[in-house]
Amino acid sequence: MIAELGLSALWIAASLSLLQLVLGAFALRPGGAGLVPGIRPIALAQALCVGLAFAALILVFLRTDLSVALVVQNSHIAKPWLYKFAGAWGNHEGSMLLWVTILAVAGGAVALLERRLEERTLIATLAAQAAIALGFYAFLLFASNPFARLDPAPAEGQGLNPLLQDPGLAFHPPTLYLGYVGISIAFSFAVGALITRDVGPAFARAMRPWVLAAWIMLTIGITAGSYWAYYELGWGGWWFWDPVENASLMPWLAATALLHSVTVLATRGGLRAWTVMLAVVAFSMSMIGTFLVRSGILTSVHAFAVDPRRGAFILVLLALYIGGALALYAVRVATVREGSTFDPISREGALVANNLLLSTILGIVLVGTLYPLALEAASGEKLSIGPPYFNSTAGPLALLLVAVMAAGPLVRWRRDRAMAVVWRLSVPLAVGVVALALLLLFVPDLHILPLLGLVLAAGAAAASIAPLWKRNLRRTPLFTWGMVIAHLGISVSLAGMACDGAFTRERLIALPPGQSVDIGPYRVRFEAVDPVAGPNWTAIEATLVAERGGSTFTLHPQARTFSSPPTETSETAIATRIDGQLYTVLGRPDGHGRWQLRLWWKPFVTLIWLGGAMIAVGGFLSLIGRLRRRHPAVPDGAQR
Amino acid sequence: MKAKHQRLVLLGLAIAAIVAAVLLAMSALRDQAAYFYAPGDIAREGVPIDRAVRIGGMVRHGSIRRAPDGVTIDFIVGDETNATIPVRYRGIVPDLFKEDSGVVAEGRFRPDGEFVASEILAKHDENYRPPQLAGDRHKSETLK
Repeated sequence: MIAELGLSALWIAASLSLLQLVLGAFALRPGGAGLVPGIRPIALAQALCVGLAFAALILVFLRTDLSVALVVQNSHIAKPWLYKFAGAWGNHEGSMLLWVTILAVAGGAVALLERRLEERTLIATLAAQAAIALGFYAFLLFASNPFARLDPAPAEGQGLNPLLQDPGLAFHPPTLYLGYVGISIAFSFAVGALITRDVGPAFARAMRPWVLAAWIMLTIGITAGSYWAYYELGWGGWWFWDPVENASLMPWLAATALLHSVTVLATRGGLRAWTVMLAVVAFSMSMIGTFLVRSGILTSVHAFAVDPRRGAFILVLLALYIGGALALYAVRVATVREGSTFDPISREGALVANNLLLSTILGIVLVGTLYPLALEAASGEKLSIGPPYFNSTAGPLALLLVAVMAAGPLVRWRRDRAMAVVWRLSVPLAVGVVALALLLLFVPDLHILPLLGLVLAAGAAAASIAPLWKRNLRRTPLFTWGMVIAHLGISVSLAGMACDGAFTRERLIALPPGQSVDIGPYRVRFEAVDPVAGPNWTAIEATLVAERGGSTFTLHPQARTFSSPPTETSETAIATRIDGQLYTVLGRPDGHGRWQLRLWWKPFVTLIWLGGAMIAVGGFLSLIGRLRRRHPAVPDGAQR
Repeated sequence: MKAKHQRLVLLGLAIAAIVAAVLLAMSALRDQAAYFYAPGDIAREGVPIDRAVRIGGMVRHGSIRRAPDGVTIDFIVGDETNATIPVRYRGIVPDLFKEDSGVVAEGRFRPDGEFVASEILAKHDENYRPPQLAGDRHKSETLK
């Protein structure tokens, strides 16, 4: 019954999105003004219906309704309730329903909250949003129905992939999707503004909070996903340049560029055509990501099912939306007015450099991600592209980007003198030089990338706080605080990455219980192995006692065996200390009474995710600051 | 500078950046991409030295040997041709690594033909097959 209710709600939402598209198109024609008041409520009703469908799916999962095929394939009565709940999106159909739910809810939020945008542009925006939603409703209803029944209902479900049975599943996909799909709003805004020829500062000011919100969610999703992979996979790494990770990084890079170019458009009226283009590119990256992850073209923990039909469907949608948007762009870009000019050495110039670097990195990641797929499709040749490629290309560019980030906020809008900028950067430069000297002195054999990373992180951190220098901190606007904290977060994260790359210690050893091993500053004693049992798994658990400077603590890494589906996973045990993490993995017995242990001491690795959190907090402060400001912002340049 | 000129300059810069990205990517790809080899390919084409590659195939029955240090294993990967590759790996093998099942390993060949794996790719569950192995089966299915 609940499943049927969910399915009907989904059909109604689909019809409403069609209505929203058609009415929107008519409302924009001459004499269609009478239809305008009807469109916001339709967008809201659509969001409500799809929300209902999603709630229905959660309910059938919570009740483990085994007459629903999706529940049978992905759930099990013995699963803890959190994973029944989150398991609703731990599969292909459910996650696509979450996708379209967020799409419709974001559209509904625009309909409910957006008051700054010109009304005709808003109608066009909602119509574009409805057009995207319509394609994904069709995908759900015709190619991945989450509510399909199974008759007769089996007695037992097959369970959830044990790697996904983690609290991470409850928040990593929703936050990432909020960001991924939230970018669709920027896309729809851009399409709407192109249709009504409304690309200008007012449009940019209306679009900025939405871009910012999506970007914050994307940042949180990527940071959380990185930490999840770090502790769940047990390989000691925090970023693997896996195509699936790249699929989330690419929209983030594009959204970061968009966030900065939209600021130029909002405050100075420049970079109009470029900003619109970036909005289209950013959503294209979300769609490509969805295609990569959901089509099954990549075999990974994220690809729930391999079905070529589904991949083809998403590919068609991708071509339709991106091709349509680009065609519209080609036709209308000539009508976009030119912005005001600026000198190469100016805030605008720095932001252009930021955009060019981000686009270049995006291009490199895109090539590295798609090349193996394209090559295999074209010639059947198989290759894989891993960290060496990405680190050697994107790494140096990212460092350059951090340098630009450090200098950018200290450059004035429109025009500035190079010497004045260097003077304002003198303290950060000094900090960088001191860091370099200290590192060369105390850590002689440091590799070039971690060394540059640490020096830059120190300098950029100093430069990040510089905009607060000599300001009345209480009267400093929230969005300035946001920028400072986000930029500081980048430096903190960079420092963490460099420390992890430079100072990590690793031991791999077979040890009988009772013996000890040294790792970094710790002596770890392998006390015992014991069997333990959880709700739907059994495990072998090691007891490790780590000792440093007289104080001790205990770690319990496990090797787990799940019963349904029958799978083994290893659960890492990680101890977080102020100066780093001790990361332990239990391997297998070697048949002679010894057990394999893999240990890492990772100094300051936590800074990576702390930095990620700071970036998100900075974005959030900025968002509040922008929303609280009622009147159109006075361009900073106008004060001089 | 007129607005139109500035626009052209920016456009030029953007195109230059994209071209630079692709060129940089292509040159890095030539050095860094890890090609995939099955034992039969190695038998035909010889051993690729001095670059990271991936190999894949089936772990031969009874071929897994443990070294005395407890963390190094040697095994033999074969495929439907009779060619084989000896592999050495130091580390904790993934949970579903066993004899007579598929494996993909990343690493480098030594001049004597032994493959030193830096990573054995994890299988996520019973149904998982390395894409390279799954690909062939998939083709035959879609042909039907």
